[in-house]
Amino acid sequence: MENFNFILSEIFISISIMILLLVGVFKKNSSNLVYSLAIIVLVISLGLIFNSHSKDEIYFFKDSYKIDQLSIFMKIITIISGIFVLIASFNYIKSEKIFKIEYGILILCSILGMLVMISAYDLIVFYIGLELQSLALYVLAAFNRNNIKSSEAGLKYFVLSALSSGILLYGCSLIYGYSGTTNFDLIAKNILLTELGNVFGLVFILVGLAFKISAVPFHMWAPDVYEGSPTSVTLFFAIVPKVAALTVIIRFLYVPFVTLIDQWQVIIIFLSLASMIFGAIAAIGQKNLKRLIAYSSIGHMGYALAGLAVGTNSGIQNSIIYICIYLIMNLGIFCCLFTLKRNDKFYDNVEDLSGLSKNHPLISFSFLILLFSLAGIPPLAGFFAKFYIFISVIEESMYFLAIVGLLSSVISAFYYLRIIKIIYFDEATDKFDQVNDLGLKITLCLSTIIILLYFIYPSALIDLVTNINII
Amino acid sequence: MTEIGLGHYLTLGAIIFTIGVIGIFLNRKNLIVILMSIELLLLAVNINLVSFSIFLNDLSGQIFTFFILTVAAAEAAIGLAIIVVYYRNSGTILVEEIDKLKG
Repeated sequence: MENFNFILSEIFISISIMILLLVGVFKKNSSNLVYSLAIIVLVISLGLIFNSHSKDEIYFFKDSYKIDQLSIFMKIITIISGIFVLIASFNYIKSEKIFKIEYGILILCSILGMLVMISAYDLIVFYIGLELQSLALYVLAAFNRNNIKSSEAGLKYFVLSALSSGILLYGCSLIYGYSGTTNFDLIAKNILLTELGNVFGLVFILVGLAFKISAVPFHMWAPDVYEGSPTSVTLFFAIVPKVAALTVIIRFLYVPFVTLIDQWQVIIIFLSLASMIFGAIAAIGQKNLKRLIAYSSIGHMGYALAGLAVGTNSGIQNSIIYICIYLIMNLGIFCCLFTLKRNDKFYDNVEDLSGLSKNHPLISFSFLILLFSLAGIPPLAGFFAKFYIFISVIEESMYFLAIVGLLSSVISAFYYLRIIKIIYFDEATDKFDQVNDLGLKITLCLSTIIILLYFIYPSALIDLVTNINII
Repeated sequence: MTEIGLGHYLTLGAIIFTIGVIGIFLNRKNLIVILMSIELLLLAVNINLVSFSIFLNDLSGQIFTFFILTVAAAEAAIGLAIIVVYYRNSGTILVEEIDKLKG
């Protein structure tokens, strides 16, 4: 008999989704209730994961589902960021009039899909988790259904993401055919370099996954979808699926394909270089903040991939640290965007920030900290994230990757600093509304403080991550 | 008569897959065609999986196919729903006219 303690959080979330749907159907005007219950469900499932903490590697369902340090850590990160996304976007959803019962339920569905993806140790389980996550995300992107931009974003995301799932699936079928199994461990044993089909399968799977984390050259959906979908959904897009997709990339690269390292290393280095350069250059001319964040997140994914390209344990750990710090920074930036509200209209253009510091000194200060951190200026957390990545890249003497990374982070500093200049030195415009939302305030303060004070006690995060040993 | 082997099935799968990808990228007319191309991609994968499963004498490929069929149905449903929502807002489903988001 298997010990279901370790997958209790997934079971709990899936049962709660059904109960919440029933609540939503049978109780009139229950959006508020369902939304709060969704947050509570996430908190309880977080507790369940902590409760079943274990040092060993545990397999379920004939080795198709694996609980180890990597999956536990990534699940905790996913659920915590899910909770903060829900807390921070509460007021936005209400004033944009998209406050419906489905919102919280869809977010729960996609988080459930991500948890399954993170733990998956078999191609079939992985595919089901991925699709559960993406199907919920398609609907979320088009959630503001009376807005043409939102429905167009949903449409574009649907077409490109379905294409990427198809490509990924084709890769899975080739890998299955040439190794004769769908289990990750057995694939690693059976995979042969001499079979060309294996290399093709690897390439197809990597292309599909690069779509999911929006690495160049498979990034074209990201700016449109980020701009078009409601800001609360953009926040979700920008942080949570990236954690899950990055975990899946780590799993694929270092379990089934670990013997093909010479083949995939080149691909990952190319993706990483292209994303870093493109993310730095393309964001310069952007006028819309959400679009700008999309390009900057493409660049940040490049840095995270650089850590994976080196093929050492410390590289993987530094990538994980990078993604953690990245999601805290993005959470903070989006919280700032949620505060830019005047007469029930939200502003998201760069020039709307003009002279923000005169009327709203505190929000501008958070902006300052978070943008400096995104640009990688010491002693903020973003600097350390990049620093760790560069250390592990240089240790493996991949100097070209490190140099391009440094140069592109210098270029990208330009557009972050331009926003700061607009906030602090341009003509002031009208005042924005006072923020009354406690959840938003707490999230903003928390993320700013973590970013600002990370350098005092960096080992808090590092100690957690050093337990994760893949190779 | 030549024996039909694994290679033939794989070629068929590859051809259908390519038609699907080309249908998505070269199509300038109608969104429904894109939806059909996505179905073609998934069907090509199913042909691959079933033929591999027969030639490997291993059932998990066929089970994978069932999962893909189910997901494809869900995906088509959501895709059609999003197209309907888009049509209500813009009054068109011509691919060329989907250009509100640019930059």
